[in-house]
Formats: sequence, structure tokens, C-alpha cells
Amino acid sequence: MSAMTRLPYLVTAALSGLLFGVGLYVSQMVDPLKVLRFLDFGAIPRGGWDPSLAFVIVAAIGVMFVAVRIGRTRQKPAFDVAFSEPELKRIDTPLVLGAVLFGIGWGMSGICPGPAISLIAFWPPDLLIYLVALFAGSYAGTLIVPSGGRRRLAVTS
Amino acid sequence: MDSFTPIPALIGGALIGLASAVLWLGNGRIAGISGIFGHLLPPARTVLWRVVFLAALVLGALAAAWLIPGLGVGGPQGKPAELVSAPASWGVPTPLWLAIAGLLTGFGTRIGNGCTSGHGVCGIARLSLRSFVAVGIFFSVAIITVTVTGVVA
Repeated sequence: MSAMTRLPYLVTAALSGLLFGVGLYVSQMVDPLKVLRFLDFGAIPRGGWDPSLAFVIVAAIGVMFVAVRIGRTRQKPAFDVAFSEPELKRIDTPLVLGAVLFGIGWGMSGICPGPAISLIAFWPPDLLIYLVALFAGSYAGTLIVPSGGRRRLAVTS
Repeated sequence: MDSFTPIPALIGGALIGLASAVLWLGNGRIAGISGIFGHLLPPARTVLWRVVFLAALVLGALAAAWLIPGLGVGGPQGKPAELVSAPASWGVPTPLWLAIAGLLTGFGTRIGNGCTSGHGVCGIARLSLRSFVAVGIFFSVAIITVTVTGVVA
């Protein structure tokens, strides 16, 4: 636990957050309309489709894919005692239902959680109401389908 | 296709991948934004690094907008950031539309343990079966939702 309050750990978190925020801006994924123009497959025959999001996610996965392979050659990360591997392995109802509900919310707004937070930098109208709802929904999820904190550790794969 | 921006998309995507790599190899943590803020609420145990990460996420976007103005939304010369309006045909006020979208996104990513970053980037890179399933579902449902709602004017 104490590792998480040490300076190198927090500096790493800050560097990661900074890079993430820059990446979201440079890729223009902070623009909900740009995200929606990718999700709007109906525009493909009309010639108005924007495939940019696919390039963003493929590039991101490519870099992370290499990092995961590097990580597998190591016993532990640089600044903690172990990799925090996700404990859950099975395909279960919360996973499927959660993905469906998130897909609806994402398609309605063009906003997923990363851009939602980074949009605070530009504070567009109505962002506050979206963020309050986002956190309320997340908290409701924690209450209804406990998966965080200590209880998550009780779930075996 | 005039809005297609492959080069910024590849560079920005690589930066997001690098951010995920730094957090994984440095701290052994998945850079999943819904998880990082979802675990800020009770029963939260590790708050400080999450707050630091999220504050840096905002600062990163802000700094990039000032250093590279006019590339995208925000910044002194970029087009103003704005959220979408509710489709007129649905007769729903935009704040309510966005509140529903936020609730569904918050709830769905929490019970599904991830969003576009956690499942979409980190999970796929880890070849996680759960993430492949989640990504396939939320992309498909989002594409259907855009078509059904007509939210892109």
C-alpha cells in the first residue's frame, strides 16, 4: 500500500495522465462529434464517414501490446511490488450488460470516460451535468454489482 | 472524408498507448479511465494516485491545446469544445439527453469493468477474452445507437 503514496509512483501516474491527455487532444478524440462521425457507419455509402478513431485505437493498442510483452519478462513493475492484473476472467452477465449500456451511452453522446474527463480542460456547456451523471451511474454500478475494493478480491477466476 | 485525419490520429493514438505503457510498466496499473475514477468513490482504498492521474489528464489536454492550437477542439485558436445536442425528433432536452448518456456510460463501464481505454486499449493489448467481448459489444451497440438516434445531424 505504501508504494502507492511514494513519489516515483505518483510521478509515473502524473506522466501517464499527461501523455494520455495530450494524446486525446492530438487525436481529436476530445471532440464528441469526431467520435460520432466514426460511429456513424450509415455515412459510409454517403462518403461522410471519418475512420480516424480506428487509427487512434490501433496505434494505441500497438504500443501497449509491446509494453505488455516487455512486462511479461519482468517480475514486477518499476514502482510497485506486483502487476495489478485484472482478476476476472469469465464472460459474465455484468460484462455483457455493462458493455451494452455503455455502447448506448457512448452512441448517444460520442463521449467515453477518457474524453469526458479531459473535456474539463475546455469546460463546454452541459459538461457538468454529464459528469455528475457519469459519476452517479458509476457509483450505482458499484452498489448494485460490487466489483471494486476488497470484495473484488474474493472473486476467483 | 474531408474530416479524416490519419496522421494526428496515429500520433495521438501512439501517445495514448505510451501513457498506458508508462502506467503498466511503472506502477503495474491498467490505464482504464472508468476504473481510475470509479474507484475514487467508496469503498475507495487508493485515492491519491487516481486524483493525480486524472488532474494530469486534464492538464495534458489543456497544455496540448495551448502548445498546438487549432488542431482540434479547445485552445485559443481551436474550435470551441461542445457536446452534441439531443436529436430534435426525440423531443428530449439536451441536458436530459446527456444526463441519460452519462448515467448509462458510468453504470455500464462500472459493471462491465472497463471502457474504451481499459478494455479497448489495454485489454486488447493483453489479449483478454473479456475485453474482446466487451469491445465487440460496445462498438456494435454504439454504431447501432448512432444510426437509431440520428444524433449526427
